[in-house]
Amino acid sequence: MPRKSYIAAIQAALAEELRQDPNVILIGEDVRLGVFAGTRGLHAEFGDSRIVDTPISELGVAGAGIGAAATGLRPVVDLMFGTFLYLAFDQIANQAAAMRYMFGGQTRLPIVFMTQNGGGIGAGPHHSQPVHPFFMNLPLIKVVMPSTPYDVKGLLKAAIRDDNPVVFLNHLSLGSQRGEVPDEAYTLPLGKAEIKRAGRDLTVVAAGLMVHHALKAAAELAESGIEAEVVDLRTLKPWDEETVLASVERTGRCICVDESYPVCGGASEWAACISEKAFYALKAPVQRISNAHVPIPFSPTLEKMVIPQPAAIVAAAHRVMATTQIERN
Amino acid sequence: MEPNKLLDLYTRILRIRRFEEQVGTLFAQGQLPGFVHLYIGEEAVGAGVCALLRDDDYIVSTHRGHGHVLAKGGDMQRMMAELFGKRTGYCKGKGGSMHIADFSIGMLGACGIVGGGIPVAVGAGLSAKTRGTDQVAVSFFGDGAANEGSFHESLNLASALALPVLFVCENNQYGEFTPAIHAMNIRDIALRAQGYGIPGVIVDGTDALAVYDVAQEAVARARRGAGPTLIEAKTHRRGGHAEGEEAFLGGQQYRLADELAAARRNDPLLKLHTFIVESGLIPLETLETLDHEITQAVTDAVAFARASEAPDEAILYEDTWV
Ligand SMILES: Cc1ncc(C[n+]2csc(CCOP(=O)(O)OP(=O)(O)O)c2C)c(N)n1
Ligand SMILES: [Mg+2]
Repeated sequence: MPRKSYIAAIQAALAEELRQDPNVILIGEDVRLGVFAGTRGLHAEFGDSRIVDTPISELGVAGAGIGAAATGLRPVVDLMFGTFLYLAFDQIANQAAAMRYMFGGQTRLPIVFMTQNGGGIGAGPHHSQPVHPFFMNLPLIKVVMPSTPYDVKGLLKAAIRDDNPVVFLNHLSLGSQRGEVPDEAYTLPLGKAEIKRAGRDLTVVAAGLMVHHALKAAAELAESGIEAEVVDLRTLKPWDEETVLASVERTGRCICVDESYPVCGGASEWAACISEKAFYALKAPVQRISNAHVPIPFSPTLEKMVIPQPAAIVAAAHRVMATTQIERN
Repeated sequence: MEPNKLLDLYTRILRIRRFEEQVGTLFAQGQLPGFVHLYIGEEAVGAGVCALLRDDDYIVSTHRGHGHVLAKGGDMQRMMAELFGKRTGYCKGKGGSMHIADFSIGMLGACGIVGGGIPVAVGAGLSAKTRGTDQVAVSFFGDGAANEGSFHESLNLASALALPVLFVCENNQYGEFTPAIHAMNIRDIALRAQGYGIPGVIVDGTDALAVYDVAQEAVARARRGAGPTLIEAKTHRRGGHAEGEEAFLGGQQYRLADELAAARRNDPLLKLHTFIVESGLIPLETLETLDHEITQAVTDAVAFARASEAPDEAILYEDTWV
């Protein structure tokens, strides 16, 4: 199977979807040149009418995408950095997340808001804050966060074909990551997790960059005889409770790792659900690992302390392994 | 212009130029983390405006903010340390290049969000007016930012409330890789002032004296309570949008050829230098001594930054709730 970078997989997914459906358009700032290269080269094939460079006007562009989606197009709106979605938030929250419902089902909004989410490259507070919990919190919005080149291609194609608004979050620091990506067309279902590593002792739930940190931690834990199962959610909403709960039923221990803040963050959502629905399978309290609750600092030394690292997962694993089974009568 | 004022203006420009040249070198050597946007070619705008301001006047900057900090009289060592992410930096290493501030001289912050600083400047103007002072607030922003909603809301707000604000648009003719003329259907952003009922002035942003003159009038207008002005300074970015951009452009070219030539012709430092030499207002050796001093100060700033320690975990949790 050919190997491709994460960025090249994004390019491939966009090109295939633009080719197979004339209603798909790509719109955003500098999408012709492709700031992160994910949209690069598409203009040469699809031209001005399908690859639309815009002024720096996130609110307007996101809203225009919604209007276009409501009237027959399937826009992919490229918003470059996750934090720029804050500028587009009104249109996404008040229009995209409500329109179909409040208008009694008269329309559907097949639109993808695509961006780079998260930190780790020393870009400072205004470019590094993860935004996915805001969108997980909204009704009607799907949220996708792929971790590998294979997944990004299949999930992006599925997101573009989906008839609902999707916030599609690539990770800034995964762009050059390489992996096997078939040249053939394939989609991956939204809402389905994948077990990226099987293990009997504990379950680690993660998405995006954190999957890689979890896999690193799992490799280290294996050396001390602890077998961690790593569940990559891939879609954050709707998320695959079934796969996660089945895993926790097997292992009895769970660590939820998310690159976002602890209050109402991803890890909190998963932990709450597991505690509620897999309570009697648990041998130890569910652990949450989240960002430190401060803006993402610039200094690489500090940034590393904010974003969960593999060592924190290893430490949490030892903690849950050391906890003796809770006495129940 | 009086020789001492002229020398002050020249000093501000030269400090920015030498600092930014050094930053460019350090970035190319891989010594600086994150993103760096240089102000080379645009120095006359920040310097020309800030030469008119007092320490208690406010400015709000952009992602391309090093020049504004220095133009307002900022400290090279603390800024360089910030670029290195060190604890001795202006923001203890938490801000970095795109988020430098020095509240002690009214520099209310650079900003990584395009257009994000414009309303903040309006707020500083509102504060000055409410407190009954004659302070003014200056918002620097780019041509690209003039297409954000925040620009339009801010102009209208400042106009409706007659606030002491200068909106200084640094039209370097690109937002990242998109020419301004592709992102709007007008050539002169100053035209937009009319829609908000405030004066809109166009000035050659590579001519420090011209910027100074235009800003003088706008500052006076603001101080006497007559409201905001939009100044559009036509200028050029000498280098790329961000340092190291070649690496991620993958050989793609975007710069318009005649614009690049114009950028080389219209060097603000050279222009002012030529004016000074031709006018004979300041002896050449004074300029040369100044250059040596500034160059040394930049070298010292790098040494200071290198010798400084990285921030630690205690600093990570400082500066949250008061
Ligand atoms: C809200 C927002 N959108 C997009 C960006 C990405 N970005 C950073 S600088 C820039 C160009 C800004 O152009 P302009 O305002 O003309 O300033 P210049 O860089 O030319 O000084 C863009 C699009 C951003 N930082 N913030
Ligand atoms: Mg510009």
